[in-house]
Amino acid sequence: MLTSKWVQLAVLAVLIAALPLLFPSGYYYRIGALIFVNALAVTGLVILVGWAGQISLGHAGFAGIGAYACALAPEHLGLHPVVAIVLGMVISAGLAALIGKPILRLKGYYLGVATLGFGILVTMVLTNERIWTGGPDGMSVAKLGLRELLRDMGVRVSGGVFWYWACGIVLLIGAWLALNLYNSATGRALRALHGSEVAASTIGIDVPRLKLQAFVISAVYASVAGSLLALQNGFITPDVAGFMHSIEIVTMAVLGGVGSVVGAILGAVILTLLPQVLTVFAEYEQLVLGAVMILVMIFLPRGLLPSIAARLKRKP
Amino acid sequence: MDSLLQFLFSGLTVGAVYALVALGFTIIYNASDVVNFAQGEFVMLGGMITVFAHEAGIPLPLAALLAVVLTAAIGVALNKLAIEPARGAPVVSIIIITIGASIFIRGASQLIFDKQLHRLPSFSGDAPIRIGGATILPQSLWVIGGALIVFVALWLFFTRTLTGKAVLATANNRLAAQLVGINTRAIMTLSFALSAAIGALAGVLATPITLVSYDVGVALALKGFAAAMLGGMGNPKGALVGGLLLGLFEALTAGYLSSQYKEAVAFIVILAVLFAMPQGLFGAKSTERV
Repeated sequence: MLTSKWVQLAVLAVLIAALPLLFPSGYYYRIGALIFVNALAVTGLVILVGWAGQISLGHAGFAGIGAYACALAPEHLGLHPVVAIVLGMVISAGLAALIGKPILRLKGYYLGVATLGFGILVTMVLTNERIWTGGPDGMSVAKLGLRELLRDMGVRVSGGVFWYWACGIVLLIGAWLALNLYNSATGRALRALHGSEVAASTIGIDVPRLKLQAFVISAVYASVAGSLLALQNGFITPDVAGFMHSIEIVTMAVLGGVGSVVGAILGAVILTLLPQVLTVFAEYEQLVLGAVMILVMIFLPRGLLPSIAARLKRKP
Repeated sequence: MDSLLQFLFSGLTVGAVYALVALGFTIIYNASDVVNFAQGEFVMLGGMITVFAHEAGIPLPLAALLAVVLTAAIGVALNKLAIEPARGAPVVSIIIITIGASIFIRGASQLIFDKQLHRLPSFSGDAPIRIGGATILPQSLWVIGGALIVFVALWLFFTRTLTGKAVLATANNRLAAQLVGINTRAIMTLSFALSAAIGALAGVLATPITLVSYDVGVALALKGFAAAMLGGMGNPKGALVGGLLLGLFEALTAGYLSSQYKEAVAFIVILAVLFAMPQGLFGAKSTERV
């Protein structure tokens, strides 16, 4: 497994580094950065859904917390945006630990509705507290300041290029941490409880504690993704925490193959690109998106990457 | 006191719609263990098809009937094309399939109909009825009455007819039901048709009050899902009580606390209930089989 981890990371790093060679215009850097941000949130869900076997239909709520931490903290507390990212992580982790304790006792659809409720509550606060968040119209986000720092050092990069590399590096770090977790004792315990909670607890695994850990970790991933999204767009609306965004990231994870980090990233690539390709047929966007979700789940129920891998293995 | 009564009336009206959506969830869940997130789209389709059929010159009762039948057919198609082929897939995959279906139906309605808000004329006029210092619209009585009639009809169907008992048997144990000769695939098809028809009926009844557009389904599906969970998934009585309670919570919160946070309170109550009773109000206790 050790080599496999470094192989996966190396492939990811090479892809991130090499892709810009194919970009015909600066616009593609922005799409790339968006893919990396989504992939980061999805990597968190791989830990929660793929390994620990828990459902969340409200993870965009944590992305919303991360995003609005970056929007609000610099303005009202005078914090540097980088500190604001950390603040968002801390708040998300704290909230996840607080609500995770009671709701992770729930199973299947019941856990679904509880997490969904959490996501909706976050969206509602962001939408209704107009004085702070600007309500449904959203608010602008202060600049990160790193690009200006680079400029002073004599390196000039455009916003799109800067965020492409920044998000790419954060994604690599996120994937590296997740893969480390996969091969650790905690990771094995998580996968064991996915198989059977009863069996896992009989061999001494503290099931509630582990579930909570997975929930908190995945919340932090979503929070960082939200922060990066807010900072690179320079503007944020409550939609980032909305139900549809929660569904989007779960779909990305399951579409690519929720058991593996690389598969989940593939899912993020496809579902981020799809709307970009479909802008030409804006009218049919929802129609096609819905059909893709249904068809993939029917014909490739384990997700794209595992299904393709299984097919390749069968052929000598 | 008068205002309390007024809030109760509006809460019961909204709650009756939620209860109908929750009943739809319950029927499908019982037959197939699937939570159908496209349930809200059935309500939307019921409203939209009636509006457009009515505008095309078809009399209202006939337009409503047409909407219910067409929506039931769409429900059957959903089962045959998307749910049945994915039998045995994990919960997450099923959730994505039904949400995909809801996005698909929304996208199609946006193309076939339009993006405008539509309304239907009230069935029995708009003159409010005075009851003890508060008023209630005749249409509200239609909605509440409709929910109660559907509930009683379903109860009779499940307890008094052989087909209904076959549905319950399938819900209880699919394999055992097959062994005693129940065609469980037909039961599933029936459940989707029934559930879609109930959703469409809710749409027809509620449209004169709440209006309808292509995108009303998501919110309704979430509320109906929450109501079904509150009552205990798979229990028709729970769906009815859960829906009505949810409507009442919303109306009372909107009346006494904050209309912006009325939906927040609904979800907080649901979270609280699930903490205390992880199976919902009427849900049966279940243990994991090793």
